[in-house]
Amino acid sequence: MRYLPLTDTDREDMLARIGVADVDALFSDVPADKLLTAPVDLPRAKGELEVERIMAKMAARNVAASSVPFFVGAGAYKHHVPATVDHLIQRSEFLTSYTPYQPEIAQGTLQYLFEFQTQVAALTGMDVANASMYDGSTGTGEAVLMAHRVTRRKKAVLSGGLHPHYADVVRTLSEMASDTVVSLPPDVTAGEDILARIDDETSCVVVQNPDVFGNLRDLRPIAAKAHAHGALLIAVFTEVVSLGAIEPPGAQDADIVVGEGQSIGNALNFGGPYVGLFAAKSKYIRQMPGRLCGETVDAAGQRGFVLTLSTREQHIRRDKATSNICTNSGLCCLAFTIHMTLLGQAGLERLAQVNHANAVALADALAGVKGVTVLNDSFFNEFTVKLPRPAAEIVEALAERGILAGVPVSRLLPSAGLDDLLLVASTEVNTNEDRAAFLAALAEVL
Amino acid sequence: MLNRQGRPTQGSVSAHEPHATFTGNRALQQIEPLIFEIGHPETTGVDIDAPAPFKSRLGSHARKGEIGLPGLSEPEAMRHYVRLSQKNYGIDTGLFPLGSCTMKHNARLNEKTARMPGFSDVHPLQPVSTVPGALEVMLELSHYLMTLTGMPAVALSPKAGAHGEACGMMAIKAAIAAKGEGATRNVVLVPESAHGTNPATAALIGFSVRSVPAREDGTVAVEDVKALLGPDIAAIMLTNPNTCGIFEPQIVEIAAAMHEAGAYFYCDGANFNAIVGKARPGDLGVDAMHINLHKTFSTPHGGGGPGSGPVVLSERLAPFAPVPFIHVEGGSARLVENAADAPAGNQPFGRITAFHGQMGMYVRALTYMLSHGSDGMKQASEDAVLNANYIRAGLSDLMSLPFPDHPSMHEALFDDEWLKGTGVTTLDFAKAMIDEGYHPMTVYFPLVVHGAMLIEPTESESKASLDLFIATLRDLAMAAKGNDKARFTGAPHHAPLRRLDETRAARQPVLKWVPPVPLAEAAE
Repeated sequence: MRYLPLTDTDREDMLARIGVADVDALFSDVPADKLLTAPVDLPRAKGELEVERIMAKMAARNVAASSVPFFVGAGAYKHHVPATVDHLIQRSEFLTSYTPYQPEIAQGTLQYLFEFQTQVAALTGMDVANASMYDGSTGTGEAVLMAHRVTRRKKAVLSGGLHPHYADVVRTLSEMASDTVVSLPPDVTAGEDILARIDDETSCVVVQNPDVFGNLRDLRPIAAKAHAHGALLIAVFTEVVSLGAIEPPGAQDADIVVGEGQSIGNALNFGGPYVGLFAAKSKYIRQMPGRLCGETVDAAGQRGFVLTLSTREQHIRRDKATSNICTNSGLCCLAFTIHMTLLGQAGLERLAQVNHANAVALADALAGVKGVTVLNDSFFNEFTVKLPRPAAEIVEALAERGILAGVPVSRLLPSAGLDDLLLVASTEVNTNEDRAAFLAALAEVL
Repeated sequence: MLNRQGRPTQGSVSAHEPHATFTGNRALQQIEPLIFEIGHPETTGVDIDAPAPFKSRLGSHARKGEIGLPGLSEPEAMRHYVRLSQKNYGIDTGLFPLGSCTMKHNARLNEKTARMPGFSDVHPLQPVSTVPGALEVMLELSHYLMTLTGMPAVALSPKAGAHGEACGMMAIKAAIAAKGEGATRNVVLVPESAHGTNPATAALIGFSVRSVPAREDGTVAVEDVKALLGPDIAAIMLTNPNTCGIFEPQIVEIAAAMHEAGAYFYCDGANFNAIVGKARPGDLGVDAMHINLHKTFSTPHGGGGPGSGPVVLSERLAPFAPVPFIHVEGGSARLVENAADAPAGNQPFGRITAFHGQMGMYVRALTYMLSHGSDGMKQASEDAVLNANYIRAGLSDLMSLPFPDHPSMHEALFDDEWLKGTGVTTLDFAKAMIDEGYHPMTVYFPLVVHGAMLIEPTESESKASLDLFIATLRDLAMAAKGNDKARFTGAPHHAPLRRLDETRAARQPVLKWVPPVPLAEAAE
């Protein structure tokens, strides 16, 4: 087996040195009747070539986003990632290192985490950011728990514009902890009266912007009302590229900001691994979940970085910790920070502009198709269209014609009676030809 | 000494400290500033054409202020991150004996397959009809995990080990609620030696935690568990092999006692690498166990993630598994994404993450499993255990073993009894290992052992590598006992940085870069 360096002679010598007759003597604490004598019923070892063939065959059964006109979003977005990013994250010293518990030999990881935290704080307009969560949805669950700790209240109010998967994650976690969740109904056109739902028992209001239907929302009045009642505003985003074009949540007085960072540096990966971004006002640092990297000096007075404020964390505080999170999204966070460094402010603004321009062009084109209505007043790179028939049928028919057109709302909200709505996203990867192909195919299937 | 060309073969190195360099660099060790100190907001390493003029639909929501982010050109960025990487220690650098973390070789074939466009460039919400290969990977991985654990079901979506713990404990909570005991069964037993994630997880989902004392031999005794059982006990969270590196000898009896008391057995599978192909948790009475794909099945740790923590479930817990999952009926596979679509008899407790979990990690883990096969995985576990015991045998005359009566599984645990009176601490010893070119072992964990040093070599080390490691630790141990304190207290001397001041970092937290205040302003 190519991954195992020991030879049979080595094994015999080592057993002799240990002073046992065979390797099973080392398993003597396993009840004898539970120790397996033969390999389990799975195929035997294979060479690299055979394994690659098997995996390639499975991969070939899937339609890759790059191979078709592609307009699918709803929380994960197809973007171009510079070749530099994937090369760098595969450097052995990044790829095969552990959580930086020994800072003297992990300054590479620690410095990029410090840079990442600074970038996320700047993007969101917040004071501090942590060193990442698993993804945007689990980060949102953690943000709600954090708000409960800060306010010592137990009731979260969820906007109807919050991604339904994110809302499900919050509800599942809250149900387990016997906390209260008030979920507003799906809010397709951003018309909900969320202010009316905020009261003196409210711990936090969770609002996504751009929302899952693509609408842009003004967070300021929500923040003001929440604060008047001693509650926190948790601002959520699923498309981080939007922050290159729209007002950041920090400028709208959000208390906690949580979002999905996949769009920058990370592939679609059928849903994971992704990277959760998590930022807050500095007064709440000690209630934040997850790892934080901080600046310090070494014994010779040189600048260096370490994991810090770990008295919040599970390995120290155990059942009193702010979260149970341990492993987070290190390498995805590295991909994010490299891509963001390559973009810089100028590149991110340009990228956001192109995304918006492409989405506007697509929305204008779709609005011209008979029977199709674009429902959004405002949007960034994703919007909702109303179709004359159930969107799932149309998406399936378009897929047969080689167009991946978007996400039917019914896939996320199966019993909401919104079957004729389709979420459509457009990013920098879409060309004029993609749009033309979409429109031509749509004309055929409508 | 001169070589045949008359050039000296050794430099004229003197014993004293090398002179300071002009740059502060030391050859390959380069001081690297932060991107904020070298980049500019107008610089970008990504060329994107401006769009043709169009009418914005951002309304009143357009960004007004500056973002304040620097950019780097591509060559500058490349150099920045390569230099940073050179300050890191990875498995590919050397032996990485970090106990409980299973730092084994990360085969690059796994990286190659994970990057096949059919896996990496597939959206979680594109029509299911366009991703049959993705479902096939998930089913195949499930089959492998269920076969290796002897368990009838698996929930794939947890994002890492602690998330898997939460998933398993939520299934237990849901099962208890379904029996109408939700109000009364709310205490979870956790041994003192457990990972911190166990009590943190139990507390996260509304259980209270009661501690199970550790026996003097490093194991949990069934009598101690039985003494704590009652109608209020929901479950025990037990790591097996445990955090002391010992296979719990009474695990079958403990599982039976839990079940008899109407409670569940959650097994922390962090140390599964010791027993893959040797023993199946399903045969031991486990109800739920997470598997760290980033430990046992070699998906890279990546400096702290991403992980992946599928949870195998017993027959009793399987109906409560969260969405999404794949339901197979009559030979066809269906992706169940909403509780309302679940087949009859299933009562999913909810959803724990958006989409379908860590597909990129599933592909890597499956590639690992196909490569090893059933024979290779069994051999890997045996080698991992053999390597740990070989290190133990090589050091036990110099370093003290807290639990000498049990063989070690895949990791060997020492305490600091042998350092008494030397003035050298476990931390000093670990830092001296850095100077010798090794990543330290896990230190001060598990908490039940004073000054713990937990050494997990994994199956990836050759005998020659282990022999050098043992020789190095023996040399260090003798130096510690021989009062050569300077080698320890100031260590590391040869790392990119000297020992870092963690107290200062926590006392005055600086969590992001802030522009330096110009001198003129500072004077005001």
